[in-house]
Amino acid sequence: MKKFLEKSVRWILTASGFVTSVVILLIIGFLFTEGAGLFGEPVIEDGYVLAVNKENPVSRLSAEEIKAVFDEDITNWKDLGGNDMPVRTFRLEDADDYFTEEQLGSQYEHAGEAIAGLVASDPGMVAFVPGTMIPDGAGIKLIEDKNISPGEVLGGKEWFPTATPAPLFGVLPLLAGTVWVSLFAILFALPFGISIAVYMSEVASERVRGILKPIIELLNGIPSVVYGFFGLIVIVPMLQQVFGLPVGESGLAGSLVLAIMALPTIVTVAEDAMRNCPRTLREASLALGATKWQTIYKVVIPSSMSGIASGVVLGIGRAVGETMAVLMVTGNAAVIPGSILEPLRTIPATIAAELGEAPAGGAHYQSLFLLGVILFFITFIINMCVEYISSRNRAKNR
Amino acid sequence: MKRTIVLSILCALLVQGTSFAQRIKGSDTLLPLTQELAEQYLENKPDAEVIVTGGGSGVGIAALPENTTDIAMASRRIKFSEKMKFAGIGLDAREVIVAYDALAVVVNPTNPVDSLTREQLEAIFRGKITNWKDVGGEDRKIVVYSRETSSGTYEFFKESVLDNKNYMSSILSMPATGAIIQSVRQTKGAIGYIGLAYLNRYVKPVSVSYDGGLHYAAPSVETAADGSYPIVRPLYYYYNAEKEAEVSPFISYVLSPEGQASVLEQGFIPVSMEEDRSGSEQNSEKHL
Repeated sequence: MKKFLEKSVRWILTASGFVTSVVILLIIGFLFTEGAGLFGEPVIEDGYVLAVNKENPVSRLSAEEIKAVFDEDITNWKDLGGNDMPVRTFRLEDADDYFTEEQLGSQYEHAGEAIAGLVASDPGMVAFVPGTMIPDGAGIKLIEDKNISPGEVLGGKEWFPTATPAPLFGVLPLLAGTVWVSLFAILFALPFGISIAVYMSEVASERVRGILKPIIELLNGIPSVVYGFFGLIVIVPMLQQVFGLPVGESGLAGSLVLAIMALPTIVTVAEDAMRNCPRTLREASLALGATKWQTIYKVVIPSSMSGIASGVVLGIGRAVGETMAVLMVTGNAAVIPGSILEPLRTIPATIAAELGEAPAGGAHYQSLFLLGVILFFITFIINMCVEYISSRNRAKNR
Repeated sequence: MKRTIVLSILCALLVQGTSFAQRIKGSDTLLPLTQELAEQYLENKPDAEVIVTGGGSGVGIAALPENTTDIAMASRRIKFSEKMKFAGIGLDAREVIVAYDALAVVVNPTNPVDSLTREQLEAIFRGKITNWKDVGGEDRKIVVYSRETSSGTYEFFKESVLDNKNYMSSILSMPATGAIIQSVRQTKGAIGYIGLAYLNRYVKPVSVSYDGGLHYAAPSVETAADGSYPIVRPLYYYYNAEKEAEVSPFISYVLSPEGQASVLEQGFIPVSMEEDRSGSEQNSEKHL
């Protein structure tokens, strides 16, 4: 009977281990397939085409060029390698300016022909219309459409996921924003976190620690949106006054909020590690005549390095993946930040803010999954680094 | 205590089983208004059931073909791609305009600028004008706040004020209207846009002109209704034509004088007031 029980417990443990691993692998697989789907999407919005006059020598445009044309930043075809003539843009919304209601028909059944006729008669016209509306032939030509390329996405500097006719999915500004905010958050949190941990485990009396530790752990229980609101109401105006900034929503505000949020994790884990440092080690060090400070610095901290490192990883993990607090205080401007005092936009904040509205299966939706993949790699690399550092430390201590 | 909970759950299940629960989902702009209307509707018809949830215009419209909602609330017109999706599964969606909403452009109360033309607004939101002194204000950098791309308000402002061009990439996008008000309130050079119903004393609304500076109008329910204030958008309900019988009692209540009175109360512009201005050319209900 006892044997049977033991066996079944072993089976349950093995099975749950396998199920968990398979679920995690499935989630990662889902993330990757959805993210990779972006590169199978056309540059021009699905279902639409860009029609130009047959005489126009321009036959392909990049997404940036299309955006510049429709934003009227490029106004002459010669900037795009065509003839010297002004660019005129046409969207479906402009139909009322060009045609009367009779010309379009009550159910817009003649709209396709009318627009095709307009494009055929004006050599400088480019029309953004649904592909099904345009009749064949008729003196017009469609701009060649290709799939979104990885280079455009990974090296792109502009994030305009809802721009029409051609959305831009350049992730560089978001990547830079995430790295800046997380880096500074860790720079703030690490020294404070470790000093608090040292104070609590080595210096503070039992009574002080009894009060301090629950308070710090309480910080973990505060919802992140509350931190965000606190940041928006308190930290943002404070930074604005201290640095004389035109706008207080900045990377620095984000890193400060994240540093406060990462502190309890770092403190708790690091303090536990230091308190678990064997008593024999400390006593040996003190017996050799080392002072208390020398013992902390030369014995306690090195011997609990792997615990401190895992605290830091957990802290960074929280900082890199945090959405709501960052969303509220960094200003979310999708530009590559020149300094930490400028507004910036992070990857998690982008996913949180945009996923709700992105139509499932569309290019925007898939681009957000791709951001998830990038985030996955960032944390993966951080984990590997820390794993490496702590394993080296362990080897040295042996 | 436990027994009461179990009983009430059972009752809820029974009620659910017997009557038709109307599910309404979509735009957060329409959410408070629809909730208010649903409460009043239920006062008259205690046996009916209406469940109202938010999530954004796109979420509501996406839920319609999946049959997870009966009415989709939208603060923007249905997109062509969404229409194509409906056509693909043979869904005949109907559109009703239930109210109008005006957007107010707001600045910090200390800002001396109190009127702007559409062209100036476009240049500001596209990053072509970056200093208040270019539009008659102090020598101060303009800090431009916008909503997130997921918001119907974002799309409408882009359509109406920016003439479908894109915002500048360095625009500050805030997750909610409340955050825009908070930021404009504490940032001296700030400009942003919010729904008329959200206007309060902490931010200053700007008069807007769409005819190059000839006529300026300050945002209010009256100016929006008589047509002098230009940044006005319709708010829609979409529903499946096959379910017309189930949803029409609620929709006709919303469009009734009683329903439209609470539309006005909530800071929106009733359909009737708006129609007076545009004559009879605008039909409130039509096929897609």
